[in-house]
Amino acid sequence: MARASSLLYLDGVSVSFDGFKALNELSLTIGPGEMRAIIGPNGAGKTTMMDVITGKTRPDSGEVYFDGTIDLTGEDEASIAEMGIGRKFQKPTVFESHTVWDNLELALKAPRGPFATLFHVISGGERKRIEHLLDLIRLGGKRDDLAANLSHGQKQWLEIGMLLAQDPKLLLVDEPAAGMTDAETAETAELLKDIANDHSVVVVEHDMVFVRSLGVKVTVLHEGSVLAEGSLDHVSANDRVVEVYLGR
Amino acid sequence: MMSSFLFRAMDARAGIFLAIMAAVIILIPAGNLLVPEGSAFHVPNYALTLMGKYLTYALLALAVDLVWGYCGILSLGHAAFFALGGYAMGMYLMRQIGTRGVYGDPNLPDFMVFLNWQELPWYWYGFDMFWFAALMVLLVPGFLAFVFGWFAFRSRVTGVYLSIITQALTYALLLAFFRNDMGFGGNNGLTDFKDILGFNIQADTTRAGLFVASGLALVICFIICRSITRSKLGKVLVAVRDAESRTRFLGYRVEHYKLFVWTLSAMMAGIAGALYVPQVGIINPGEFDPANSIEVVIWVAVGGRGTLVGAVLGAVLVNFAKTWFTGALPDIWLFALGGLFVFVTLFLPKGIVGTFSQGWTALRQRRISQALEAGSGEAPDAPPHSPSAPANVTHATPAPKATDPQPAE
Ligand SMILES: Nc1ncnc2c1ncn2[C@@H]1O[C@H](COP(=O)(O)OP(=O)(O)O)[C@@H](O)[C@H]1O
Ligand SMILES: [Mg+2]
Repeated sequence: MARASSLLYLDGVSVSFDGFKALNELSLTIGPGEMRAIIGPNGAGKTTMMDVITGKTRPDSGEVYFDGTIDLTGEDEASIAEMGIGRKFQKPTVFESHTVWDNLELALKAPRGPFATLFHVISGGERKRIEHLLDLIRLGGKRDDLAANLSHGQKQWLEIGMLLAQDPKLLLVDEPAAGMTDAETAETAELLKDIANDHSVVVVEHDMVFVRSLGVKVTVLHEGSVLAEGSLDHVSANDRVVEVYLGR
Repeated sequence: MMSSFLFRAMDARAGIFLAIMAAVIILIPAGNLLVPEGSAFHVPNYALTLMGKYLTYALLALAVDLVWGYCGILSLGHAAFFALGGYAMGMYLMRQIGTRGVYGDPNLPDFMVFLNWQELPWYWYGFDMFWFAALMVLLVPGFLAFVFGWFAFRSRVTGVYLSIITQALTYALLLAFFRNDMGFGGNNGLTDFKDILGFNIQADTTRAGLFVASGLALVICFIICRSITRSKLGKVLVAVRDAESRTRFLGYRVEHYKLFVWTLSAMMAGIAGALYVPQVGIINPGEFDPANSIEVVIWVAVGGRGTLVGAVLGAVLVNFAKTWFTGALPDIWLFALGGLFVFVTLFLPKGIVGTFSQGWTALRQRRISQALEAGSGEAPDAPPHSPSAPANVTHATPAPKATDPQPAE
């Protein structure tokens, strides 16, 4: 796919930590409205790729473009988030000493400057939106609980809720099902499919059942670059993929 | 907009605090001026001045708590802003002496005559006018904090590294102000003040007035801090404190938030210093001592980091203890202070007010669960929460209905 018609475009991206290449000439293109699953063994560079896209890590070389024209390598985390890229972290990170409600309110799309927030008065529309999200992530009964008191799975869901509250164009979701029961995993897959109806989503996940249930194009990463790409059945038939990942 | 901003500041706890402050501001000066000396309710002059001093310390502690307790910036240099505000006020007070100095020079303060200076340095211009000095009380600490914060926060200096450079900042100022050719009176500092706004600085009524001014400044800054910490901006600050990088990924420019509270806090520290100086009658470079800034942090830790009332309480209690110790057992004080800090860190990590409100919350939780067990069936109140509330207190609430929603069954 050409850069101009892509939503996210990575070309030849390399990142090394003390000489170790976490990303090695990685190229990847996500189209508008697309949902993509990324799999690969531990240490393949999946999280590092998200770090590069969201401005946490600067690539040593390569191009990263959002919306075809915006060069992300020169931007910091806050401006990339403002452009419409939201992220759920591998380790759920919510604001523990805030309530569930406040976590969502902080994430809600709204002006981000200090003076805007200083004089901010929550509007009816915002309340409705938070209520809606609370229903969606099934934390309505816990709205006044501190996020610290949620279970691991609930924190994952809260973080997905926060991601939705930001209303980004592109969602980067890192291992959303980690630490969930099978039933929770299935529900998370349903939720993500719902979300993918009107957002572009990149999901990193290890759980093959989960990836299968998404039913989307899969990219296999290995040692910092793309090993195979295509439907899950297609990549599963690839000998190299079986060898480095599935076969274990 | 503004009224809802201020309205947010008020709740029961703030109400109690403000009521106590109102009583203090009215009763203590009244006890000094109106109650005859023989009476048990008479407040002696030294006590009035001492308590006025405590109020300015409390304001300094409030300023430190705003940045440390709510935004996680552990400043070990706030005494620098306090001292700068103090110097700005001191310069005004020096200019009020006029020809009443030892050398009787109408234009130059005594120490400049002593140094054989011929004319007033340019940076002393304007300090003969109160409004100018008052402006400088805010602008000098504010500007320094802004410049310092601009560089520090943009380059993402955090944690212990930031604390160390704040110590370096106050130490550098200490050395600079010690120098005679800086033009701030060298190691003697500024003293021998005569009057303020035309009132004799030694007069009982002036002292009472300064006490009231300190109390009012504390109240106003408390209300401002409280409005800030309870606004959405305050929630962002706590988010920065707990998970700075996560906050950036939500699109908040953390450095702008830090710069905002940091500068505001420095200005409050400056006001505290400006009210302190006329009450103690002197400002010298010793106020920049790095140890002073550390002491402020201890006050806040003792009272309760992240609780504004705690900062005020901690400052008053520790300084009360200090006054008593330095009178009764002067050699012991530093050990007692160190011991207190260790004790609080180990056994009262939330400080006095934090521990108290935690206990209160736990008690309410127990009542709620007992009520539920007794089968009253009432859904419990929303558990009390605040950004500074301890993160482990609300788990005891059993589900009011069996269908407590879960992500999945
Ligand atoms: N900040 C870092 N410093 C050093 N090495 C890192 C850093 N981040 C990631 N790595 C290394 O880069 C490799 C890829 O990591 P990561 O992207 O987290 O893999 P994945 O998410 O695919 O499991 C790993 O070997 C990891 O140890
Ligand atoms: Mg990872």
